[in-house]
Amino acid sequence: MVEGKKQLTLVLGVIGADVHAVGNRILEYAFTEAGFKVVNIGVMASQEEFINAAVETNASAILVSSLYGHGEIDCRGLREKTIEAGIGNIKLYVGGNLVVGKQDWQEVEKKFLDMGFNRAYPPGTMPQEAIDDLAKDFGLTC
Amino acid sequence: MELALLIDFGSTYTKVTAVNVETAEVMVTAKGLTTVETNILEGLNKALGEIKPHFGGELPEFQHRLACSSAAGGLRMVAIGLVKELTVEAARQAALGAGARILGVYAHQLTMMEIAEIDNHRPDIILLAGGTDGGNKEVLLHNANMLAKLKSVATIVVAGNKSAADEVQDRLLAAGKDVKITANVLPELNKLNVEPAREAIRVTFLEKIVEAKGLRRAESYVQGVLMPTPAAVLHAAKLLATGTEEEAGLGELLIVDIGGATTDIHSVADGHPSRSGVTYKGLPEPFAKRTVEGDLGMRVSASSLLESVGTRRLAAAAGLPEEKVLAYIQHVHNRVEQLPDNEEQWKIDTTMARLATDLAMSRHVGTLEQAWTPMGAMYIQHGKDLTEIPFLIGTGGVIVQHPNPKEILAGALFKQDEPMVLRPKQPKLMLDKEYILAAVGLLAEVKPTAALRLAKKYLKLVI
Repeated sequence: MVEGKKQLTLVLGVIGADVHAVGNRILEYAFTEAGFKVVNIGVMASQEEFINAAVETNASAILVSSLYGHGEIDCRGLREKTIEAGIGNIKLYVGGNLVVGKQDWQEVEKKFLDMGFNRAYPPGTMPQEAIDDLAKDFGLTC
Repeated sequence: MELALLIDFGSTYTKVTAVNVETAEVMVTAKGLTTVETNILEGLNKALGEIKPHFGGELPEFQHRLACSSAAGGLRMVAIGLVKELTVEAARQAALGAGARILGVYAHQLTMMEIAEIDNHRPDIILLAGGTDGGNKEVLLHNANMLAKLKSVATIVVAGNKSAADEVQDRLLAAGKDVKITANVLPELNKLNVEPAREAIRVTFLEKIVEAKGLRRAESYVQGVLMPTPAAVLHAAKLLATGTEEEAGLGELLIVDIGGATTDIHSVADGHPSRSGVTYKGLPEPFAKRTVEGDLGMRVSASSLLESVGTRRLAAAAGLPEEKVLAYIQHVHNRVEQLPDNEEQWKIDTTMARLATDLAMSRHVGTLEQAWTPMGAMYIQHGKDLTEIPFLIGTGGVIVQHPNPKEILAGALFKQDEPMVLRPKQPKLMLDKEYILAAVGLLAEVKPTAALRLAKKYLKLVI
């Protein structure tokens, strides 16, 4: 259980034309169990939906999943849009099968960090890793 | 005998309906011009005078005397939220469902220019939303500070982030505003909660707006002016669809109401996807949903209807030259009570009504959007899927008085060449021949089952 001064709100969703719903549910469960308030916008979510949800709920982080290989195209410009929407300081995490084929993870990670994401996770990452990173990034104690 | 007198103070006419509650029968109806500018009782008394002969020259004792009103400009409202697709839309839905005329809709931080604009709109009620519970407070507080600068004496109904509600109330009270705090219209991102706001609007209407509109005087005879007329119609729709504890309703339904100034559509339906492989996106919609098209009407809004539809299309659909259509619309535009008096004019009126129904329905129902995924084509649904809805009810002068109302209502139906617009496919068509719907909504307040029976008896299937 993450103990913070206040409960953090996370916006969670699967970006683009991606319909992978199972992992999305698992993540919702894991983050909720860890003590976060999860706003799950589900599958096939557009960048605008992530941002609108974050504005309205005053979220601290946006957690983007992408499982179908088009993550790079779908995620491009998300940071810029958060800046336009007045929430440029929000933390952006991304994870899943972000690119097609077996590309070097270091390069893929760099690509997403350059796009303005704070953290990127390769396939096979356990939810606990992101939970620990959230705790670290927001100065919470586990 | 238990009798009810149901009154609708309309913008033009005051309509009275005398009902025998026990047998659920309309005894007599009448109308007089609405006289809200001078003394609302004049028009009412004239209408009552007309029904006296039916009772042998003396009005009987009506146990229930209830009224609704759209007189004096209706219930004028402004809706404010944060994000356009989220709390702004939720606030708009709440106001429409409360029977309001929406004068303006605002998103994000209000500016001084917008404050001046709101003052110019002269609203009766301002609905202030913004932020989910525990969500964004900053914009709600900013907007409260801005609203504190209004000259308007409108009641401000606050239905935003509850974490900021106390502070919003303090700031507005300190500025001498009339404030009502109610539950958030969007407590969570995917949870619409419009009923508490609708109720707060209704209470404000009873307490304050009735007085301000010069309707209080009517209450020397009427027990209460309970709600705006569109809210009464939506009430009736809900009752007719869902029934009461004692009697079942008809099930899901749609109502098309074409007036001189607006075309209203009411749907009482879940509107969930009717086929598989469809994902719903966006704000959930209210089970009882009302939309109002201010640009689509038969008289006052005839020229804006022409603008929205296009002269060529209207003329082509009517099968008449454009000049004739233009001349007729010029002619009726300022003549609220003008009825067509030859075949050509009937043709134009019918076409106007059908196209108004068509456009209003396309704005009310949901749509499908096709998305290509690695798994093939997927469909995203926005708004309500009303393709399978079993009933479509028509009301409003042009439909009710038409020799062949089917011609008009056909405009509402599903089109093969627009398969992504989720209009009703094969509903049974019904007609509110006796103009009973607003009266049903009023009677439902005191005698819901009798009101339901009344509606079932007087709504006629169109063959």
